[in-house]
Amino acid sequence: MSSDNTRHAGLRESATFDRLTMDEIRRAAETGIYDIRGFGAKRRVPHFDDLLFLGASMSRYPLEGYRETCNTQVVLGDRFAKKPLTIDTPVTIAGMSFGALSANAKEALGRGASEVGTSTTTGDGGMTPEERGQSSKLVYQYLPSRYGMNPNDLRKADAIEVVLGQGAKPGGGGMLLGQKITDRVAHMRTLPKGVDQRSACRHPDWTGPDDLAIKIGELREITDWQVPIYAKVGATRTYYDVKLAVKAGADVVVVDGMQGGTAATQEVFIEHVGIPTLAAIPQAVQALQEMGMHRKVQLIVSGGIRNGADVAKCMALGADAVAIGTAALVALGCNHPKYDEDFRAIGSAAGFYDDYHEGRDPAGISTQDPELMQRLNPEEGGRRLANYIRVLTMEAQTLARACGKSDLRNLEPEDLVALTVESAAMARVPLAGTNWIPGDGY
Amino acid sequence: MKTVDLTEHSVRDLNQGLHDQAKTIEEPDWEVLNPSGEHNLACGLDADLKVMIKGHAGYYCAGMNQHAEVTVDGNVGPGVAENMMSGAVRVKGNASQSAGATANGGLLVIEGDAGARCGISLKGADIVVQGSVGHMSCFMAQAGRLVVCGDAGEALGDSIYETQIYVKGEVASLGADCIEKEMKPEHTQALQALLQQAGIDEDPAAFKRYGSARQLYNFKVDNVSAY
Repeated sequence: MSSDNTRHAGLRESATFDRLTMDEIRRAAETGIYDIRGFGAKRRVPHFDDLLFLGASMSRYPLEGYRETCNTQVVLGDRFAKKPLTIDTPVTIAGMSFGALSANAKEALGRGASEVGTSTTTGDGGMTPEERGQSSKLVYQYLPSRYGMNPNDLRKADAIEVVLGQGAKPGGGGMLLGQKITDRVAHMRTLPKGVDQRSACRHPDWTGPDDLAIKIGELREITDWQVPIYAKVGATRTYYDVKLAVKAGADVVVVDGMQGGTAATQEVFIEHVGIPTLAAIPQAVQALQEMGMHRKVQLIVSGGIRNGADVAKCMALGADAVAIGTAALVALGCNHPKYDEDFRAIGSAAGFYDDYHEGRDPAGISTQDPELMQRLNPEEGGRRLANYIRVLTMEAQTLARACGKSDLRNLEPEDLVALTVESAAMARVPLAGTNWIPGDGY
Repeated sequence: MKTVDLTEHSVRDLNQGLHDQAKTIEEPDWEVLNPSGEHNLACGLDADLKVMIKGHAGYYCAGMNQHAEVTVDGNVGPGVAENMMSGAVRVKGNASQSAGATANGGLLVIEGDAGARCGISLKGADIVVQGSVGHMSCFMAQAGRLVVCGDAGEALGDSIYETQIYVKGEVASLGADCIEKEMKPEHTQALQALLQQAGIDEDPAAFKRYGSARQLYNFKVDNVSAY
């Protein structure tokens, strides 16, 4: 119930039919079409804010904040690849497409990631020369649509990510509406200009996990076993998905929780499919541990990571690295208040804008409009992103040192407690002040 | 002629040997013996090579081919010549599902039948099937041509973009937004050239042409039942 309601004595807003719900009913009745938007789940779900670290005191020995080292470097994909990917910070950039994002935005992501020694990732639509040129470590997504997919780019990649699903829409395909299909985007995707681009939800040439093993084999053969191969899943039946991905031969598994962003899909999909990132990590780690593959097949977690505490909590729960998407765009200037007037002119507001599919982003990020995209200077954006990742990394180190850990990956579930019963059950750590982990011992 | 017997060498040995030719072609003609249905044979080639596979191949044979001519004297599993960029792949037997999936260029000829989803998400290559194709062939196909000298299964060309389909025999049913189109003289001429290139003796005038009605290109609520 909104606070301004209290000004009207005697009026009571329905918790079931609140004003947002009624607005959506009216919108559906007027247009006859479901709501499509970008961003990730906006509903409140148990998240990393519901966890706290137990810093060192008598029973644990902390590390000196500015003198004792705390390693942040991670090697990804040393299971089979001849050239594993070494990243200097465990904060990577998630896959986002050129098409959904402007060329300047993709370049800025590459610049920022390269400055801090981490990887960035292509998306649906293929690899642009700007992105490859500015990304010292580039992960090439292999998606169901295969838009822009070609073996030459595959061989230029530092790693390959086979995308099975995405946290914002597990089980759904992509969508890029016609207004963003410019000449260049159309050419890269082999589509007529201006048509709605529908990405398939399943790969065209394989179905189950046994097929995936052969597909991964093909990708390895084509790249002569040089680079790591990731498998990315949207968080749903994570325990089983991770086991199957490992069995299929993935070097790295990426698990994307429901708070993970998208360029465009149905609101009903974003808010009602998938599980929170917090709930997915312990499932993934359990699967890896049972197979004896934890830390051998690396786990990258994404979906709603905003600060160094979130990074550290992911690592403590067993992740090897994280990926950021929405937060990286915010660092570049997405939803920036300086464009509030422009946001309002298109029926949104700074901080609320999620109509990425419309291509009218005043911040010049999720657009192909030549004038709007000039609002983002890729060099400046890259610097902002690099600054932001440095802060995430330093914050995570601060928390790790406080727990007495000389490597971010030495953080462990034992360092965490939960503030709520729900988060304790999902994260499988005790409720603060107790030794009770809901679900244990039954 | 370089001969690789897969009872003596691994698939890795074969593919690495073929890939190494991309630097300096020392041996353009290759023969592969005893393939025994192995997967990923001759995939990722990027040179003017001629590869003859004497027997059956598994998944993704000649996947992502560039420039090379690969012939399979047998049947192939799913995804033959998937995402091919250029060159030519010929299957003397039958092909399983997803033959030529997402292929961007080059020519895939299947002398027998092809299974379901032949030419799925096709992006510019030409596929000529002397026999019949299974259901959902050319699903979401974007560019290029599929020629079927036999029959086509259900939902041919579902959600098709700009791929052109030619079928000589019966079509079980057309998918969403796929319609029969007029066979103009330029189409007959182009088809004749393609059949000739594929080495298949058929009368182009006996074929019907199918393509996109372009009614689903942009979402319209009135079309909701078609999605």
